[in-house]
Amino acid sequence: MSGWAGRAPPKKGENYELRADLNSEYRDKRKDAIKRVIANMTVGKDVSGLFPDVLKNMQTEDLEQKKLVYLYLMNYAKTQPELVILAVNTFVKDTADSNPLVRALAIRTMGCLRAEKIINYLCDPLQQCLRDDNPYVRKTAALCVAKLYDLKPELAIDNGFIEQLQDLVSDSNPMVVANAVVALTDIHQTALAAAESENPPDPRATFTLDSHILNKLLIALNECSEWGRVAILSSLARYRAVDEKESEHICERVVPQFQHVNGSVVLSAIKVVMIHMRGVGREDLVKQLVRKMAPPLVTLVSSEPEVQWVALRNINLLLQKRSDILQNEMRVFFCKYNDPPYVKVEKLDIMVRLAQEKNVDTLLSELKEYASEVDVDFVRKSIKAIGQCAIKIDSSAERCVNVLLELISTRVSYVVQEAVVVIKDIFRKYPDRYEGVIPTLCANLEELDEPEAKASLIWIIGEYADKIENADELLAIFVETFTEEAYQVQLQTLTAVVKLFLKKPDSAQGVVQRVLETATKDCDSPDVRDRAYIYWRLLSTDPGAAKAVVLAVRPPISLPRTTVSPAVLEELLGEISSLASVYHKPADTFIGRGRVGADALQKRIHDLEDDVSREKALKTVVAGQKSENLLDFDDAPAEGAGGLGVTTNSLAATTLTTGASAITTSNPLDDLVELFGSSGMGAPAAAPSFAQPAAFGSAFSAPPALASTPSPAPIPSASSAQQPQDDLLGLF
Amino acid sequence: MISGFFIFNQKGEVLISRLYRTDLKRSIADVFRIQVVSNSDVRSPIVTLGSTSFFHVRVNNVYVLAVTKCNANAALVFEFCYRFIGIAKSYFGKLDEESVKNNFVLIYELIDEILDFGFPQNSEIDTLKMYITTEGVKSEMAVREESSKITLQATGNVSWRRSDVKYRKNEAFVDVVELVNLMMSSNGAVLRADVDGHIQMRAYLSGEPECKFGLNDKIMLEKSERGAGDSAVELDDCQFHQCVRLNKFDSERAISFIPPDGEFELMRYRSTSNVNLPLRVHPIVTEHGRSRVEYTIAVKANFDPKLAATDVVLRIPTPLNTTKVDVKVSHGKGKYVPGENHLTWKVPRLQGGSEMSLTAMAELTPTTNRQAWARPPIEVDFQVLMFTASGLLVRFLKVFEKSNYHSVKWVRYLTKAEGGTYQIRF
Repeated sequence: MSGWAGRAPPKKGENYELRADLNSEYRDKRKDAIKRVIANMTVGKDVSGLFPDVLKNMQTEDLEQKKLVYLYLMNYAKTQPELVILAVNTFVKDTADSNPLVRALAIRTMGCLRAEKIINYLCDPLQQCLRDDNPYVRKTAALCVAKLYDLKPELAIDNGFIEQLQDLVSDSNPMVVANAVVALTDIHQTALAAAESENPPDPRATFTLDSHILNKLLIALNECSEWGRVAILSSLARYRAVDEKESEHICERVVPQFQHVNGSVVLSAIKVVMIHMRGVGREDLVKQLVRKMAPPLVTLVSSEPEVQWVALRNINLLLQKRSDILQNEMRVFFCKYNDPPYVKVEKLDIMVRLAQEKNVDTLLSELKEYASEVDVDFVRKSIKAIGQCAIKIDSSAERCVNVLLELISTRVSYVVQEAVVVIKDIFRKYPDRYEGVIPTLCANLEELDEPEAKASLIWIIGEYADKIENADELLAIFVETFTEEAYQVQLQTLTAVVKLFLKKPDSAQGVVQRVLETATKDCDSPDVRDRAYIYWRLLSTDPGAAKAVVLAVRPPISLPRTTVSPAVLEELLGEISSLASVYHKPADTFIGRGRVGADALQKRIHDLEDDVSREKALKTVVAGQKSENLLDFDDAPAEGAGGLGVTTNSLAATTLTTGASAITTSNPLDDLVELFGSSGMGAPAAAPSFAQPAAFGSAFSAPPALASTPSPAPIPSASSAQQPQDDLLGLF
Repeated sequence: MISGFFIFNQKGEVLISRLYRTDLKRSIADVFRIQVVSNSDVRSPIVTLGSTSFFHVRVNNVYVLAVTKCNANAALVFEFCYRFIGIAKSYFGKLDEESVKNNFVLIYELIDEILDFGFPQNSEIDTLKMYITTEGVKSEMAVREESSKITLQATGNVSWRRSDVKYRKNEAFVDVVELVNLMMSSNGAVLRADVDGHIQMRAYLSGEPECKFGLNDKIMLEKSERGAGDSAVELDDCQFHQCVRLNKFDSERAISFIPPDGEFELMRYRSTSNVNLPLRVHPIVTEHGRSRVEYTIAVKANFDPKLAATDVVLRIPTPLNTTKVDVKVSHGKGKYVPGENHLTWKVPRLQGGSEMSLTAMAELTPTTNRQAWARPPIEVDFQVLMFTASGLLVRFLKVFEKSNYHSVKWVRYLTKAEGGTYQIRF
């Protein structure tokens, strides 16, 4: 018993005791010892030294003990391949056992051993098990082929296992069909992934769907287990229908799955219908399909919070394509007091999407209710949603403004600040309509301490400088503290003072002089300095041109209907229920296969040069890769980085936060804000009225705000900002 | 698909770890501990770092975590996590740190069976219980004989039922359980009222019984062209256990199935129209300056006097700076719970048609906090037996079997609210 692989066993300690027990003459003691070994393995202790002793207990009639030994083997086979060979005999014997459970267990475990040496012994038993007359063994063997392919593709191909899998698709047992489909799909994807780096994928490894297989799948769909249904539905989603009739047929056969109790079956069915509906021409059928989709979606909203969240993210996508799906169902999305925050935020977004003239009143009273909750983030988002309603529905704007005024009267700091930002947006959409509220806003001047809120109020003051009597006094307050303010507040102050001067040249002479001097001399942001110089020069050479630039008519703002570009939206709708659909980002953006994946993506970006979101995607992948490499930090010692663990934490943490912000920026209001911050300037009220200087600023310097990648949505806004820029170019 | 499955305790220590694919290393558990367990900012149930995604669900004091490296089917992963939680509950009562530690061998056995190479396999609890047992070893011969039967059931057309079930008395119990969701605004308007119903069945029927099930709901009644009248209930949506033939429901609106043996959930449904709210709550809450809050709350039982609501519990929020509360109640017991910042009012039994009331005065300490009290909603829990809020009734349950035996059927109705589904704002 001593000295396997030339290692002397320790004389004391836990492993020593375990070794003794593993070799005990009593069966119970041995079994108990195995359990303790597994427990140690779970908590991360190294028990690989006990390999030979555990192995001795493999040959047993006790199925539970056998499973435990197998579990141990799976764990350490990779590090001790030479010892695993000793187990091969028992495995091969077990695959011919009279008990089908033992046969299945043996073949399942052999596939998981992942040791090169044992693989060669796997082929014969696998061959047998694929033809076993027990379906339980066949379905297990089917998956084993995928395991084999993952480890040694050529072995799986040469032995004809893949052809055998294709035969299993026609098996009489639906569970076997499902697993065969799963295995073929997995092999197909592995082959595709491998092909990206070298040559085209091996045709023998690809899973081509034809109408013959389609029929098999549609039949198995109604009979197999819930997970099998998801697998089959995923394959149906890949199938390309030959004609309209076939598309209709698929939709009709898949629709009954909407009634399944498992949410992932429902979402997968919706995915298939969304895809194949593209091929359906009959309007009435499309209408009918969309109508049938609504109730199951609503039902998903009352499932467990995590499933609910996935459903909500997907509903958000579906609404961007078909805003009519849940027209009358807004109440379902009302937030419960005890909903988790991530669910609440998503519900808010969906409610705004569903807002219409007829239901906006209910929505507003609901949003007002939310604004008194304790979760600051949620309160802010609720207030933003009020602004979104105002911008979306003209007739509701007045009611929205009234609600906002009520909220301001609560004098809760963050509520007031957010409300000010939102009202600024409403002013952008409906200029000169709600000037009456300006005194209330100005009364709260001292409450504001956040840059965005300050900047918004300053923008409002500058914009209505001719109508606010004491505008010069108010702005003077900010000029006083100019150097202490955040850059975006400085930029706004600068612009507002210039506006004031252009509107009331007599009273503002002094203040404009002062602000330009401070900005050019004492300010350390090149952005602010540049803008100040441009204003200065404009004002001194041609006040007329200054007027045209600074007081230009701004393009109207609107709520973007989609958060992603139409092409990406189509792609995501084909991925419903997947991670991509949850993140509203194409899969390539977060699933890079190391360097290779990024290269492949780069190539594809080349083809789609104009697609901005792709560009962004690449950045995410690159960022992801950094943490990717770090995630595998147990490889790191080879590179001689001792304290790597610590750096990993902080770096990975950054990825996490950027990930989170990427999700939140898909919120339309953020896009709206971005729209104000013309071409990614970051200053929310730096409206295109001075788009020209703004463009100069960002072209010459890299202010911190520019580093934050704009979300893909504001493409239309960027182009609208472009227009006045072009006009202005003519002036110079 | 799923590359690894883990269970962590609250501190982030690994209790269970099982890797299914080679694209992961065991050290991934450390990443999860650092990024999720000890990071309080995590607001999303999925966290993606690089191309690794962590799907986590928190139950009691453990985290159930599934890790993927691909564009995984997110709904499937979460459904699977919840299925695992369900199985664990059914095997050892409660999923928490202690039970995981006590049953870790069983858990390994289970997750090895229900997840192969990261793909979920048969996870029907009844079937699993046939060959993954808690009582340990059976006699070897019996195992061998039985296992071919087990494997046939685990993969068969009727994977949820053994073929050789035999009972001396054939019985079927149907429980219609309705969970009422209510959201009422402070001025008494119903913002949202709907019913999540599920029909739980316990079938003790011999052989391969073919069952047909009928309800008084509109879609089904329209098909059978009986006089629907006003007793028909409108169901917005329904979902069925996998034993129900979905295509038959789609085409004929008939619920037909061969039931699993024992207890299972036959159907879930949702109804939003004409929901009868069993309890009407009228709260009047007035804040007297900054030092006192006065509560007057009346509850009316809005159903047949022959029935009664049981286990009625109202949780009435109080401001955070409450020092003491004087409570007077007409029924049951009222108590201030400082740790939870609310009053609980427990009434064991309330007869239909009757009313009850509570008056209370909460005294507050002065505070510098300028923000007004958020006034969270009042939550009500209760149960009413033999009453359905949606008005749903079982019209028939027919059992056809080759041997043509006689079977007895029992139907029970229960309407309840629990865990904050019944909310009244004030």
